[in-house]
Amino acid sequence: MTTPLLDAPSLRRTLERMAREIAGADPRPDLPVLVGIQRGGVAVARRLAAELAMIVGREVPCGTLDVTFYRDDLDRRAAPTVHPTEIPGDIQGRRVVLVDDVFFTGRTIRAAMDALHEFGRPSRVQLAVVIDRGHRQLPIRPDVVGHEVTTNLGQSVLVRCSEGGDGDDDGVFLREAPANAAPKDPVTSEFLSHAS
Amino acid sequence: MTWHRKHLLDLQSLRAEEIVHLLDTAREFKAVGERSIKKVPALRGKTVVNLFVEPSTRTRISFELAALRLSADVINFSAEASSLKKGETLKDTARNLEALNADIIILRHGSSGAPHFLSRFLGAHVLNAGDGAHEHPTQGLLDVFTIREKKGRVEGLNVTILGDILYSRVARSNLWALSKLGAHVTLCGPPTLVPKAFEAFAPNVRVTWNVEEALRGADVINLLRIQHERQKASMFPSTGEYAALFGLNQSRMALVKPDALIMHPGPINRGVEIASAIADGPQSVILEQVTNGLAVRMAALYLVHGGRSLQVAG
Repeated sequence: MTTPLLDAPSLRRTLERMAREIAGADPRPDLPVLVGIQRGGVAVARRLAAELAMIVGREVPCGTLDVTFYRDDLDRRAAPTVHPTEIPGDIQGRRVVLVDDVFFTGRTIRAAMDALHEFGRPSRVQLAVVIDRGHRQLPIRPDVVGHEVTTNLGQSVLVRCSEGGDGDDDGVFLREAPANAAPKDPVTSEFLSHAS
Repeated sequence: MTWHRKHLLDLQSLRAEEIVHLLDTAREFKAVGERSIKKVPALRGKTVVNLFVEPSTRTRISFELAALRLSADVINFSAEASSLKKGETLKDTARNLEALNADIIILRHGSSGAPHFLSRFLGAHVLNAGDGAHEHPTQGLLDVFTIREKKGRVEGLNVTILGDILYSRVARSNLWALSKLGAHVTLCGPPTLVPKAFEAFAPNVRVTWNVEEALRGADVINLLRIQHERQKASMFPSTGEYAALFGLNQSRMALVKPDALIMHPGPINRGVEIASAIADGPQSVILEQVTNGLAVRMAALYLVHGGRSLQVAG
């Protein structure tokens, strides 16, 4: 069973507000680099970069980051599919905003911070997520949140976000696991949302 | 797709989609090699053993560097300085390495089927780094990776493999990978080294002993070294005659398409199978093959490490 949480216009308004929060009061001296986490965070990051560019009046660098090699469960599963990592320019000394669709256990973000630091030492790393669904397992908290949603472990949250913002079926959805499904290990399911 | 194989023993048993998945994974590892920090923690804390019973330098250092870039610990074990010289069997050597908690064993061996033999009783993952005249799967994969990267596809391309086919594991692994991915393969060389029977490999494989015919229209020319060490009798009169009849020289280059790739698995014998100027020329991708080999071996180690035995994977 799937329940809609946000429709396309609400998602658009959410992303606009998130972009304003990322820009802050005086964005000019501290233009950030946005980095979308493969795969769900990539389209969200591109949308946020476009919104942010309209606010600050210039192009905002936006890249992608694959956290696969930094996961803490590689020992316990088949090798996940690896997706491209493209960090735009030098992040040394710059503000980096990691972007993901859903914040869950925090393990993906832990891996993302390790992966990011191979590319340099940012002055500051922030985290922006569309949905914070709870069930943190690590002391990590997002800086910019679209919406907080109370979920149980049997549910999954799907953010459907077209890069141009023109997708008719864009939105956020809550899916219930079938009644006979085995209880999910939140560790595995967190990463599963990032596998292909 | 998800990779479930515990070992990489040959390309014959791989499905086309598995080969493509490995090549796609290798592309991301190639990007890792272009970063200023070329190392990722995917195999952190794992032990990889290079068990090279047959001597090799380039394949061993490529595997060694691949394992190091995945953050594994690497032990190099060569036959010359080992207990194999004292009469220990391969099985006992491998079991001893496993007793040291080796996670992955990379085997180079002069006998065909040696990696398959190890895989039957070892708990560790086994990678074939060349077994006799049978297969050299990572070489076949890096050749196909290079072709795919340069030409954008493999399917429908005309690929000529010129040289010692009979004794070449590189030729066999190339044949499997290329034919599974839909290339048209032409095998050429002296009749004693290129048996007509190779046409039975796959429907898109043909044999010719006419080098001009083999070169004309080829999109890729893969030159193989004469495997003197594997030949029990003299299969052709002299290297001079081989160079004159089958070597890729300037006059034969005139028959070759201007955008054809010139490949060679190394080590090259300048002036025998390939003229020096061609090996260093604009169509040569010989050194890129070396770079790509590292990426392909990282991908193979990464995927195989996540694989379980087939009984468990179901």
